[in-house]
Formats: sequence, structure tokens, C-alpha cells
Amino acid sequence: MSASELRGYLRPDGRKGIRNVVAVAYLVECAHHVAREIVGRFRDPVREAPHRGLAVHLIGFPGCYPNAYADRMLRRLCTHPNVGAVLLVSLGCESFNRRALEEHIRASGRPAATLVIQESGGTRRTIARGVEWVEEWLSELDAQVAVPMALSELIVGTVCGGSDGTSGITANPAMGRAFDLLVERGAACIFEETGELVGCEHHMASRAVTPELGREIVACVAKAARYYATLGHGSFAVGNADGGLTTQEEKSLGAYAKSGASRIVGLLKPGDLPPTGGLYLLDVVPDGEVRFGFPNINDNAEIAELIACGSHLVFFSTGRGSVVGSAIAPVIKVCANPETYRKLEDDMDVDAGRILEGRATLDEVGREVYGLALRVARGAPTRSESLGHQEFILTYKTFEPAGPACLPAAA
Amino acid sequence: MLAPEDNCVVVAQALHAGDRVTIDGKSVAVAKAIGVGHKLARRAIARGEKVLKYGAVIGTASAPIARGEHVHTHNLESDYLPTHTLEAGRAFMGKHA
Repeated sequence: MSASELRGYLRPDGRKGIRNVVAVAYLVECAHHVAREIVGRFRDPVREAPHRGLAVHLIGFPGCYPNAYADRMLRRLCTHPNVGAVLLVSLGCESFNRRALEEHIRASGRPAATLVIQESGGTRRTIARGVEWVEEWLSELDAQVAVPMALSELIVGTVCGGSDGTSGITANPAMGRAFDLLVERGAACIFEETGELVGCEHHMASRAVTPELGREIVACVAKAARYYATLGHGSFAVGNADGGLTTQEEKSLGAYAKSGASRIVGLLKPGDLPPTGGLYLLDVVPDGEVRFGFPNINDNAEIAELIACGSHLVFFSTGRGSVVGSAIAPVIKVCANPETYRKLEDDMDVDAGRILEGRATLDEVGREVYGLALRVARGAPTRSESLGHQEFILTYKTFEPAGPACLPAAA
Repeated sequence: MLAPEDNCVVVAQALHAGDRVTIDGKSVAVAKAIGVGHKLARRAIARGEKVLKYGAVIGTASAPIARGEHVHTHNLESDYLPTHTLEAGRAFMGKHA
């Protein structure tokens, strides 16, 4: 399939989505169950083919206290091009500014409503009203026709999870090749996890399009190294070591391979949208002193941030075998380890481990990942999508806005 | 072997104790089972010497390493941050519990 056959759902702000989702967002943990029950009414038993029930996604913020980052994240996620309509579920007394969020979503031209449990008569009645609202908009969205979409309108994120010693030599470099193919054709591609790029900062700076951007990149990795040193714990899990990775810098070099070879055109913070095509680095480590703990407590926290930056879909490399997907954007699972692929084949989209066994080259797998990205953008479900994986997590963080040197193209 | 300057190699097929592997034309036996993705020393590495993979430094040897020996948390340390293993994790929890 060629890139010229891409299609997307046109939104009033001009962006196009590759999915047409109704998002149900709880605004505090106390509203989580009600929101989950609303979404649950649309879930069928897991089936192979995409089903309309898979188009209702649960997202939300569990915290009762206010947080500017959480606010910004939900604004971006609720107005993501893959999202067609949003139902907010509030308990009533939480700190989240539900009126401002609803207004923001309506201003983007999307249908939005808020149900306040304390004013709707409680759990049972709120669920009933929510199901009715979602049902109505799901039917409207079902009737929407996709329009032609250019590759320059596509944003692709990348992440690795459950990495082992094979991740950096098979899946990550293959995904890097796919990134190069996408960037050459005008797409915006985003890589992240600065805590896992410790040791790579000077090489990254040499790829930056301006020296000022290069300095910002070095500074943001230094920030990550300090942050994790203060925590006393690197971005490293027990499974990484069991899988053969020994040091942070070794894991970083393997992770870095998924950025490919393109020049780096900008540095983003969660919620910043890439102004042009090209390769971007997303800085996920909070600014200032260590206030809320680990920057990203699991892989889905990073995926949510990539999506908040506009990613339509996310490449995910795994060696040990992560099975997660995500709400809002489909996840393409690239398996780095041939043994893991044999054990978890049903959950994996691409077998990159076969490179180790001499059954494919890095370039071949890179082209396979690229081709699959186009088919997924066109509507083909990924394995995690078909299996109903719609993980989502949002926690507390703080960020200063990115400085002007971070986005030279936006000037 | 990922880069010519590397002094370690990555295991692509699971090895059992006593299996022989050929590194740079010389055969050597592995002392214990080694999983896919783990590293073996390509040549002898002295304590305090830098370990190279992908043509870059991935840390410092904390003990002398023989050719063909498993290179991991028991003999390789990060120059930046401590690696998380179960033991380190328990120590971390003990400090903060």
C-alpha cells in the first residue's frame, strides 16, 4: 500500500485522526468506577475483527488535588485527532476544572458533555445517562467518512518496554529504519525517555538542526541524570537485568537506536505539538526539584505523553514481552527476542527477533514496520487493539514551558 | 559482535554450561548457562577497564574478566547510575521503607 492511500477523519481544527473514538474521562478516582461501567457496557467478548465497542475508550485522572500538567494532558488527549467525542465524568467535589475542560473540548468543535455523579442521582443513574450519551455519539461517529490524508499529517511515536539485551540490536534499530522512512516522506516522528538516553546526549546534539537545540538536548539529558540520581534509581527494571542489560548507559544506547538516523528538528514537552514533519525528542522528566517521584511509573505513562503530543500511533519494541496497548492511539508491538516471539506470538505485530536467527535483515524488518504503520493508519487493528488492550495512566508532574531554542521551526 | 571496537559480544542463541563458542576464531567453553541477549567477554578485560558495546562505553569492569566469561552486574558497573537488580531493589526498599 502506498502512502498516498492514507485516509483520516477530519476534525474542525483541520487535523485528521486515524481512529474515531468516543473518550470517557473520569476526573478523579471517585468517578472511575462509574466511567468504567459506562465504557464496559460497550465491550463485547474479545473478538478478532474490530468492533464498535472497541471505539469507546476510558481515560482519566485519579488525583483530587489540582495539577497543571494533568490539566494540559487531558486537554490534549480529549482534543486528539483520533477522538471524535468526549464524555467527562465528575464526582462533583474534586479539584479538576471540569468546566474549563468541557469548554476547551467544545471549542475544538467536538461534542462534549459532563456528568456530575453528585448531581445526577448517583451511580446507577449516571451510568444510564452516560451510556445513552455515548450510544448516540457512537452512531454519529460510525457514519463519518474518512478523507484523504497525507503522510505529512501523520505523527508517530516510539517507545520501548520490557527491554532485554536483544531490544537494542533487533527491534530498536529496525524501528529506527522505519522512522527514517517516515521522516523522509514528511511525517513527524517522536522518540523519548531522556532518562534512558543517558550517555547519548552528545551524539544527539550532533544530530540537532541548530547548535542551540543541541545545547537544550544536552541540558535535558543532564536534568534526567540528576533527577534519577536523586531518586536513587535509574530507569531500569529487574526484567532488564534478567534479560542481559547491565548498565543504564547500555540500555540507553540500545534504546537510542530506535530514533534512526534523521536530524533532530525539535525538543518537545508533553502536550507540545510538532510544528512540522521531522524527528523530535520528547523530554519526559519533570522540571525543578524531585516533587512527585518517578517521571513515568510505567510504559503507558510515556505512551500517554506521546499521544498528548499528537501521536496517531505508537511503535513499541519489547524483548521480555510487553502486552500493553493504549487508549486513544493504536500500539504496534515489535518483538525483539525470537524466544519471546514464540511464546507470545498472538500479542506481537512484528517478529524482529528473526534477525538474530538470520531470517531477515534490519532493513527488511524496518520496511515491514513502515508498511504496517501505513496499514494500521488505514484502519487495520494491531494485535493489542484486537485483544482489547486500552491501558491508560496519568499521574502528577510539573513542567516549565519549553524554551524557544527547543522548536527552531516554530519561530 | 556489534562494532569492531567492542570487547564484548551478545549471545544470540541460549547457551548451556560447558557449550563451546567461537570468538574471533578461538574456541572457549562457557562456565554456566547464558540467556539470549546476555554478554560474553570477547577478550580478557582488566578491573577498571572500560567495557565497549555498540562502539561506545557501557560501563567499567569491577573485577577481572576472562575471555568468554559472562559480563553482567557481578563484574560490570555503570559510570552513571546503579543498576536495579532484586538485591539492589531490596536494599533500596530497606533504605526507604
